[in-house]
Amino acid sequence: MKRVFIFNLFYIIFFTNFNISYSISPDVFIQSTVNRASQVLSENISREEKISKLKIIAKETVDIRGVGFYSLGSARNQLNDEQKNTYSNLFEQYFLKSFSSRLAEYTNPEIEVKSKQILNNNYTMVNSILIATNDRPEVKIDWRVYTKNPENPLIRDLIIEGLSLARTQKEEFNSILNSNDGNINSLFKILEEFSNK
Amino acid sequence: MIKFLKIIFLFTFLTSNAVAGSDGDLKLSSKSESTKDCFEPLNRATFAFNQGLDRAILKPVAKGYRSLPAPIKKGTGNVLNNLSTLITIPNNVLQGDFKLAAINSGRLVVNTTLGILGIFDPASEMGFPKYVKEDYGQTLGAWGVGPGCYLVLPVLGPSSIRDTAGMFVNVMGGDPYYNISVNGNNEYLDGELFAVTKILSGVEFRAANIESLDNLEANSVDFYASVKSLYTQDRENKIKNIQRGSIEVIYKEDGDWEEIDNK
Repeated sequence: MKRVFIFNLFYIIFFTNFNISYSISPDVFIQSTVNRASQVLSENISREEKISKLKIIAKETVDIRGVGFYSLGSARNQLNDEQKNTYSNLFEQYFLKSFSSRLAEYTNPEIEVKSKQILNNNYTMVNSILIATNDRPEVKIDWRVYTKNPENPLIRDLIIEGLSLARTQKEEFNSILNSNDGNINSLFKILEEFSNK
Repeated sequence: MIKFLKIIFLFTFLTSNAVAGSDGDLKLSSKSESTKDCFEPLNRATFAFNQGLDRAILKPVAKGYRSLPAPIKKGTGNVLNNLSTLITIPNNVLQGDFKLAAINSGRLVVNTTLGILGIFDPASEMGFPKYVKEDYGQTLGAWGVGPGCYLVLPVLGPSSIRDTAGMFVNVMGGDPYYNISVNGNNEYLDGELFAVTKILSGVEFRAANIESLDNLEANSVDFYASVKSLYTQDRENKIKNIQRGSIEVIYKEDGDWEEIDNK
């Protein structure tokens, strides 16, 4: 009886803790991510150091591979495995540089998570606001969070005042491919040049 | 009366999808589909021209405008907003939003009188709802007219066939301020003043977006395509009167994300 009791107690404690420790609510995840980024941006360090720290945060919290293949649109279905790998690597370098450079311009942004909307098992939209300052008005920012693995939610899109960064990226890449007769190597070249500049 | 007939004719013309010489790509479909770039080479050339103009004139002027004292900028913004309600109100009516038309009419009266020609915004302090601009392009969109082809207009920037047609409605009698200042016979308003207010609107917009546009340009691999995408998304949101992103409006083909999940 004692053994059963201990087993049950252990079972309850283990699984309760397991859930508390590892399942992260998307809104909490976003608030903690923006707090981390905010802290970096308010630190008294050089722009390059900020960018380097923001890249680490982005790598941990953004589904860069998923955003990359979404951005490619239907062209992703025509790539062979080698091209997919090349694209993934180039996109990651491009994304980290572009994303962190954009963010590094802000100093001490205060973002407050307001609500969340569960779309389905895979996605939750988290609604937040960038608090107004004397220089800029309040900005609405929504985050599309991929929640297929609740223990490791990942950001897939950022929607600023109704404008989706993923859609903008997708239309930008689509334009480049259209201008170059769908030649994926031209996109590879542009991404490489951007990352190296 | 002739102007009124012209407007009715233009609206009928647009809503019946009659575009001469259309091969199908050019038609103003009622479906919410992405804006086609039928004139891309010309658009890119105009875009480059506008960028040159922006660097040489608009951006420096916008920077100068920014350095003005805050009350002057606030007052200028308020006056421009107040003038824009003259276009917003008929569009509220055309979209069947009579309640909002009444609210905006009240706002116009309060701000023009108590707010001294719109310099101040007592209506907001009195609790009027947040002001949202409407234009004839949005009304056409709300009536189901598709954007048609994407256009980059010299000086004016990104647009579409539908939105450009909407702008024409302004100068064909749809903008009371234009009618009074350009066509009216009075000693206080004239075409030059109308032009100044339009230029100021452009400068104010540019001044509010100096960093955002610089940042976008520096971090885009195709700046032209980025601007086109952002313009299109913004217009879609405005036509649907969405203040915050809507999944259906933003992604259109949400299945794209599902396909990524299954990879």
